[in-house]
Amino acid sequence: MPGGNVHLSFLDPQGPIAALQRVHFYEVLGVLVVLVAIPIFVLTPWFAWRYRYGASGVRYTPHWDHFWLIEIATWAGPVAIVGALAFLLWRDSHRLDPYRPLASTQPALRIQVIGYDWKWLFIYPDQGIATVGTLAIPVGRPLALQLTSATVMQSLLIPALGSQIYAMGGMVTQLHLQATKPGRLLGENTMFNGRGFQQQRFTALALPAADFNRWVQNVKTHGIPFSERTLAAIAREGSRADLTSALSRSGAAGELELTDVPAGFFSTLVKATMNDAPVHLPSIAAGDRPGHPPSGSAVAALASAPRP
Amino acid sequence: MSLVAALIAHPLGRLSLQSLPFWQMLQDPSKDNLINGCIATTAAAIVVIGAVVLVALITRYRKWRVLWSEWLTSADHKKIGIMYVVLALVMLARALIEAWLMRAQQAFGLHGGFLSPEHFSELFSTHGTIMIFFMAMPFLTGLINYVMPLQIGARDVSFPVLNSVSLGLTAAGAALVMISLVVGKFSTGGWFGYPPYTEASFNPGEGPDYWIWALTLSSLGSTFTGINFAVTIYKERAPGMWLRRMPLFTWTALCTSILMIFAMPPLTVATAQLALDRYLHFHFFTNGMGGNLMHFANLFWLFGHPEVYILILPAFGVYSEVVSTFSTKALFGYRSLVLATMGIAVLSFTVWLHHFFTMGQNVDINAYFGIASMLIGIPTGVKVYDWMWTMFRGRVRFTVPMIYSIGFILLFVLGGMSGIILANPSVDYQVHNTVFLVAHFHNVAVPGVLFGMIAGYHFWFPKAFGFRLDERWGKLSAWCWIWGFMLAFFPLYGLGLEGLPRRSVAYTERAYVPMEIVAFIGAFLVIAALAALLVQLWVSVRDRDRNRVTAGDPWDGRSLEWATSAPPPEYNFAQLPVVTERDAFTVAKEQGTAYRAARRYVDIEVPRHSALGPIIAAVGFAAAFGLTWHIWWLVLAATLALIGAMIVRGFARDLEKSIPAWQVQAEQEAWLQSVAATASVTRAQEASAANRGLARHEEIAGVIP
Repeated sequence: MPGGNVHLSFLDPQGPIAALQRVHFYEVLGVLVVLVAIPIFVLTPWFAWRYRYGASGVRYTPHWDHFWLIEIATWAGPVAIVGALAFLLWRDSHRLDPYRPLASTQPALRIQVIGYDWKWLFIYPDQGIATVGTLAIPVGRPLALQLTSATVMQSLLIPALGSQIYAMGGMVTQLHLQATKPGRLLGENTMFNGRGFQQQRFTALALPAADFNRWVQNVKTHGIPFSERTLAAIAREGSRADLTSALSRSGAAGELELTDVPAGFFSTLVKATMNDAPVHLPSIAAGDRPGHPPSGSAVAALASAPRP
Repeated sequence: MSLVAALIAHPLGRLSLQSLPFWQMLQDPSKDNLINGCIATTAAAIVVIGAVVLVALITRYRKWRVLWSEWLTSADHKKIGIMYVVLALVMLARALIEAWLMRAQQAFGLHGGFLSPEHFSELFSTHGTIMIFFMAMPFLTGLINYVMPLQIGARDVSFPVLNSVSLGLTAAGAALVMISLVVGKFSTGGWFGYPPYTEASFNPGEGPDYWIWALTLSSLGSTFTGINFAVTIYKERAPGMWLRRMPLFTWTALCTSILMIFAMPPLTVATAQLALDRYLHFHFFTNGMGGNLMHFANLFWLFGHPEVYILILPAFGVYSEVVSTFSTKALFGYRSLVLATMGIAVLSFTVWLHHFFTMGQNVDINAYFGIASMLIGIPTGVKVYDWMWTMFRGRVRFTVPMIYSIGFILLFVLGGMSGIILANPSVDYQVHNTVFLVAHFHNVAVPGVLFGMIAGYHFWFPKAFGFRLDERWGKLSAWCWIWGFMLAFFPLYGLGLEGLPRRSVAYTERAYVPMEIVAFIGAFLVIAALAALLVQLWVSVRDRDRNRVTAGDPWDGRSLEWATSAPPPEYNFAQLPVVTERDAFTVAKEQGTAYRAARRYVDIEVPRHSALGPIIAAVGFAAAFGLTWHIWWLVLAATLALIGAMIVRGFARDLEKSIPAWQVQAEQEAWLQSVAATASVTRAQEASAANRGLARHEEIAGVIP
């Protein structure tokens, strides 16, 4: 397990998206400081002081209120600056679109994220496991996240990796991220959702590929089964610590590892939320077993969920 | 029958002893409950004791009749404007104390702090709601109310009683937010109250209902205000006051009014739909049954983004007047400034989606709205440059409004820059919902809107009350605002870049502590700034005889509001001015045509007082309170009273009173005599007791004495 400090910010990027976001941030900041802030910070105090009341030897032109050259310059300057910045904006909006799958030789790791009050449930549908409190990810392999909420609107952000995106009930949003080096990264909810909001944090654990596989095996061996009882405990309002103590796993410090997660659970939840119906585990039909791709019906349910 | 039974069983609806702020603390005196209960009870006590003292003082000094007949029922735009500003200052005081509490909580927020999460979330919700709807909106509405009719040479606004009704609705909303300190709890959903969090399924209590009805009252008031101001500017201008001769402040008032007319209804609709969800189990914004919170987000920000320009444009107007007046020079680039103001007003409706780049929409949509948002930087940049060029080759006096204006130019540029940064979706994906965003909007709202409003307050106070505000306390306050703002909000940029989400009651990263402490020090300075403003008001009232400016022109003003006495008569001008150029009063002073007696005095019609405004305030408040607490008989009674009041008003015929020509003549001649007896002063004596409101024409060339 990687130790050391938790990476908090995209200014300390641990993935390609965050790294480019940092570049874009500095580009915009640089343009603005040099072309906007410095001229105004020099000229304003200078004009105010030089033309102060009582200053001697300066011209005073009380009726001078128009000069074409200056008028053109006051419009042309901002137009040029905004034009340049708009180019950067268009380029990076497309380059860093969170819906765009990341190019890679490896297939993306699918992760389904469900926001509860006040914790995130991370489902690894292809592995049939799920976690609360830790999001383990393999270094170098793209991640394809799908997000929804079991309650109110939330927003998932792992700053050192990249973008945040809202998780909303009855809807599915997408996010593509990737980690470039092993480490511990801050993950959080940034959208206020009640009294436990500030506790809705987690650690994103970027692991080398082999370690990640070992981690998956470990969860499969030691995790508790995903049952109606665990689901009810997760769905109850409370922090991660409340959850683990409710499941009498007090030693786990708010970490929970679950096995036997039905592959169609995410879409079942989206559909149930959309229909205002109670959420139950989907019955395990043939081909719907953990570790297998979801059945046709689950895919259809997902596809019919409204997309923002 | 069941309704009657419910009325008898629960005559006070949901109200119970548990609605009192100290009840929980008495039932369960744990340490947390005691701390939060004591703070809440103190706040409630301030509201109750404040109200009791106010009533006692009015009774003691027998001012009820004056208050009712001279102020509350007045349809005079000047008095309504003053009442709006008083309301704004009271609400500013409350919201600033809340801000200080939040900064204190976060300064001690490593692993906890002293406030409960519920209490903290009520604080940020009321702080935001008050600052936008019950501080900034009443402040700018008050300034426009007072100044705009004078600037265009009008006798009043087009619909004087509607003006009083608008004030009543706004005051009723503010009263609802105040009463929420005493009974029950306010919403915890923030100032934009996103569902489904604010839906009954997640928050069944009275909090979101308080928020819904406070906003509904305020948004109706603002819609009426917008209509009133726009019609006034189009229809009531003095002869010769063409659109292209209007002072910049009036131009910004016009643009703001147009924005109000188009932007407030989406808010009214959004809160009404949320109310339908909560009261009648509709499914507009619920998770299930076809509801969708995105509709709320769209409607809210369709209002919410133009709203920030509703707030900032009048402030831009104030800065334009202030910079030109105190640079003793015509405003540079008048046409550019008008064009820029209009440009901002139009663009403000094309950018709302940047409030939710992170909602998962198509990248082209985000890129479009991002670029549209940046475009607003162009006219805004033009304005900043034009103010700068106005100072160029002028004679700049560093009075209190000018200190605010220069502070504004420098700090607002930084706020605008962080806005441009946020307009980039790919960067917004990182700093959205963090305190970086909080730093940004305070960086435009405090140096932009608030400094503008306070500068306007200093600038026009002598006009409204006939004496100047104390300069020394004013300067102290201005510097406390400027430094307090910088210390309180610059650290938040850093904290946001380090990933601290907004609205966090606590955090676990030790690295956040130093910047939180600096921000807390800033909060102290801001409180000191408010205190200095209050002391200044007290000192100025005490020394008012030394600082009288009855002649009406303490700053060598340029537009028509300075051409009449301070305070102006009820009818504003003895004879409506005839305008031939921009800066009408400066032109008159230069040509020697200022301070002339009217050629002919005539009877002047002014609107009669009306009780409709205060009645609608009372029934609006009663209905909103009843709806919040499910006290249905109160809602019914208030609705009937409202309908009754409208019908009675419909029968009122004698709507105007006539001020006889002889009285106008007597008042005007008395004022002209006092002007003739007043010694004019140079700008060097502007801040001294010698300034009685008559400006001396100074040599253009040559060295200033």
